[in-house]
Amino acid sequence: MRPILDIQALYKSFGDAEVLKNINLKVGEGEMVFLIGPSGSGKSTLLRCCNRLEEPTSGAIWMDNTNLLAGDTDINRMRQRIGMVFQGFNLYPHMTAEQNVMLALRRVQGKSEAEAREIARRELDRMGLAERFGHYPSQLSGGQQQRVAIARSLALGPRVMLMDEPTSALDPELVGGVLEAMREMKAAGMTMLVVSHEMRFAREAADRVAFMQAGEIVEYGTPAELLAREGGRARAFLGGEH
Amino acid sequence: MDLSRLIEVYFNAGVAWTYLPDLLHGAWVTVSLSVLVIAAGLVLGLAMALLRLVLPRWGVEVMRLWVDCLRAVPPLAVILLLYFGLPSVGLSISAFWVIWITLTLILSAFAEEIFWAGLEAIPAGQWEAARSTGMTQRQTLADVVLPQAFKICVPQLTNRTIGITKNTALGTAIGMPELLNEAQTALSFSGNATPLIMAAIGYLIIFLPLMALAGYLERSMSWGKTA
Repeated sequence: MRPILDIQALYKSFGDAEVLKNINLKVGEGEMVFLIGPSGSGKSTLLRCCNRLEEPTSGAIWMDNTNLLAGDTDINRMRQRIGMVFQGFNLYPHMTAEQNVMLALRRVQGKSEAEAREIARRELDRMGLAERFGHYPSQLSGGQQQRVAIARSLALGPRVMLMDEPTSALDPELVGGVLEAMREMKAAGMTMLVVSHEMRFAREAADRVAFMQAGEIVEYGTPAELLAREGGRARAFLGGEH
Repeated sequence: MDLSRLIEVYFNAGVAWTYLPDLLHGAWVTVSLSVLVIAAGLVLGLAMALLRLVLPRWGVEVMRLWVDCLRAVPPLAVILLLYFGLPSVGLSISAFWVIWITLTLILSAFAEEIFWAGLEAIPAGQWEAARSTGMTQRQTLADVVLPQAFKICVPQLTNRTIGITKNTALGTAIGMPELLNEAQTALSFSGNATPLIMAAIGYLIIFLPLMALAGYLERSMSWGKTA
């Protein structure tokens, strides 16, 4: 399968602390790849390197024949094709759900007000938020806010979605709706790189799982492969309850 | 208490009528000076806060020293220094502009601190969310960060703006014919306190709408929250 995202020999240090060491990872078209591992193992940092919210120290990340880390890469242009969803939703509190989705369509893609609104409503509708166009984030549940955030990313037409613990900040009864949205995205062919502690969901929905420890990918494979590996550290992790 | 005496000294219609034109002129000077101070002070303060986002560390230190000095010094000291000191080095500025420069600089220093605190209060996640959609730093600032920062700043800015703008009355110390100065002149000519009452009412008429405007701004930025 042709990789959409091809991470090669990626290193990242904060001062003296090396938090990513020689990361190599390919994410194929339409694949859902999970990054799992203990806290502080570098999962989120790796994810954030993929759209350069963190600047890697060295290495390459290829996407559509462009090295995202090259000096002459227009990262703002590439970011439209790399959606990101955050643990804390990070919706703009001073804008309605619709305005949240419309902002980058207007400012970055230069779409007309009418066109941006049409796209925003379509994406929010897909997320089951047709009744919530005019609501402010403060008037929405956590699960609804996260689905607005997903719609905000999808509206730009990304080729890959980076999801940083998308359900960790949600009350348990609201997790299902977000996981359902992710399932639908996968069914629609979206490529996804996901940091999550939802192990049950990973076992069932992930195509590949990368288990990270101390800044390295120490095990990699399908959920079934990792679960079958005797004595593997990922096995205990992935086999967990959540 | 002798009520008719009180009325004659403090609410004397004849005196009021005689000095009304002078006081109106003074009120006009106060209003125009206030508007110029508020406009320039807030714009300069915001510009300094934004500059602080991109300044190197030493630049920030220099700015902080400048801002702290302006916040520490009494406005009257600066006014007297500029008005009586500058002519000795061959530079003479009219009383109106001395007050304007002084109060603008002082307001800009306080406004810079308030705007900066507002900018800092916006979580990093807001920047990251906007940047992750391909928005530039400038677009993020304009569309995402500043509107939220303004909301945080409005109550404090209102207090400081009114507190500093009222210092236009210090113009009386260098003989500028603003509202309080005209009232004092009228007081000494008439031997009657009515002009001072008129000036007090004048200040209310000038500053109460400012507070109403600030209240309106705060309410219009509730963003779905019922406070």
